[in-house]
Amino acid sequence: MELGDLKIMSASVRKDILKMLELAGSGHPGGSLSSVELVVDLYFNHMRFDPKNTKDKNRDYFILSKGHVCPVLYSVLAQLECINGDELCTLRQAGSRLQGHPAADKGLPGVEVSTGSLGYGLSIGVGVAKAMKTLKQKNRVYVLMGDGEQQEGTIWEAAMAASHFKLDNLCAIVDCNGLQIDGNVSDVLNIEPIADKYKAFGWNVISLDGHDLAQIDKAYSDAKLKKDKPTVLIAKTVKGKGVSFMENIADWHGKAPSKEQMLQAISEIDASIK
Amino acid sequence: MVKVYGNKATRFGFGEALVELGKKDEKIFVLGADTVSSVAINGFQKSFPERFANVGIAESNMLGMASGLALAGFVPFVATYGVFASGRPWEQIRTTICYSNLNVKIGGSHSGLMVGPDGATHQALEEIAIMRCLPKMTLLSPCDAIETKKATMAAAYFNGPVYIRYGRENIPVITEETAPFEIGKAQIMKEGQDVCIMATGTMVYESLMSAEILEKEGINAKVINIHTIKPIDEKAIIDAAKECGAIVTAEEHQIFGGFGSAVAEVVVKNMPVPMEFIGMKDSFGESGKPSELMAKFGLKDVNIVNAVKKVLSRKS
Repeated sequence: MELGDLKIMSASVRKDILKMLELAGSGHPGGSLSSVELVVDLYFNHMRFDPKNTKDKNRDYFILSKGHVCPVLYSVLAQLECINGDELCTLRQAGSRLQGHPAADKGLPGVEVSTGSLGYGLSIGVGVAKAMKTLKQKNRVYVLMGDGEQQEGTIWEAAMAASHFKLDNLCAIVDCNGLQIDGNVSDVLNIEPIADKYKAFGWNVISLDGHDLAQIDKAYSDAKLKKDKPTVLIAKTVKGKGVSFMENIADWHGKAPSKEQMLQAISEIDASIK
Repeated sequence: MVKVYGNKATRFGFGEALVELGKKDEKIFVLGADTVSSVAINGFQKSFPERFANVGIAESNMLGMASGLALAGFVPFVATYGVFASGRPWEQIRTTICYSNLNVKIGGSHSGLMVGPDGATHQALEEIAIMRCLPKMTLLSPCDAIETKKATMAAAYFNGPVYIRYGRENIPVITEETAPFEIGKAQIMKEGQDVCIMATGTMVYESLMSAEILEKEGINAKVINIHTIKPIDEKAIIDAAKECGAIVTAEEHQIFGGFGSAVAEVVVKNMPVPMEFIGMKDSFGESGKPSELMAKFGLKDVNIVNAVKKVLSRKS
């Protein structure tokens, strides 16, 4: 997909997220909006993923470690016609396959594993990547994490293992929007210098603007060429990106917009692509 | 006399099964966490190095990696000391493995007081409680090395998460190679009508010994080996409650939330009869020789005998 189309797709996904959350009356807009370009470019330009055959054995794996931003995944799956767009309206409702955090037991195609308890996704990705190396298969594994999530110790157990096992088929993405529930990541428990930490753990590190589609696209391409080392994208993003009253405000981590707010947000997003 | 066919640690039954499985099935993958030879998975490591990974002292990551291996189609077995196999990565087991119903097998070695001199930190006495409460989990607690081997083989061909509780010390082998093993099906070790002793793991042998003592005193005890704690064999428990009218449970584990509690849940709902519980009484273990500790904490045959007498005094 061309960059212009990716931009339009990103806007559509943002609108889906806001509509879904408004309907649900709860959920996590801030981190969903900050990771849109990272997920859109991955699914539309890089991942081997057949929306009609999500269990294909040659597929690339996407593990949403920051499970609370699942609206971005659900929207992309709908845009790919992997699921019906109407189903997005059921987010967080009883009986829905679109649980508040991704649930593997609900049978939603494209959800590989249940996630939502932070710090677990990278280990899962390491396991899949190790499996593919053992099988001598070409499948790649992508794990999307948050920056606050880097505070979890398990991440660093997994980071150590990924470089130890030379998992160059693994690409981690850290969505660094700088905010977590209790405020600035730097105030709650500073994770910086995060790029240096991953370098010290033996990773190939690519720092980039997580909303710049050209940079993102190049980073995913570069990651595929790197041999013997896992790659991590340290993506600087804006929490609540694209919605003026949500941007960089921690309070929008886990709060749904009202109908009025949703409509205003959508008109802002529409204006941004004109 | 209780028939004893040898003396062997259950961990070797686990390890031998893995080697056999490895030969038969390329899907078997084993993960260790720096305790590879002490939990007896070194045989597999040697035979199938390409399907083995030592992940270091990082159990949470080990269970996460096992999840990934299962997602990719392997049948991963992880093994380390029970405390670190069940407690440290409990939430990975809950949220990643059980909630996603992943085909991960967890070997929890070094269970119980019999770990001995290492003391309470390494004596796993809580795994039954914290594993059996998890939806989708199957929990096996075999009574000797032969049964552990069978349990491990059965776990490999059972779809879904399985925890296998086994130990380090040599213990009597009391089952035969030819004895059938089916997940969820209890095994009657001795018939009797006066009282039923239901035991799991190492306590099956102690229960058989206690039944011998009771026999001399004119009490005819039935002994059941419940190697599958979840799903538990409700029919065997209800039938025994009806037949014997009194039950003593025995486990090398905390009484609170443990095997006896699992039996009691079935008994009180279906066929209430008086019960007594042999197990750890809300305390940690300590350093010492295995047999010394089993006596000190009341997990010997004589303790079961006393519990039987107590429960019989309440039998109507």
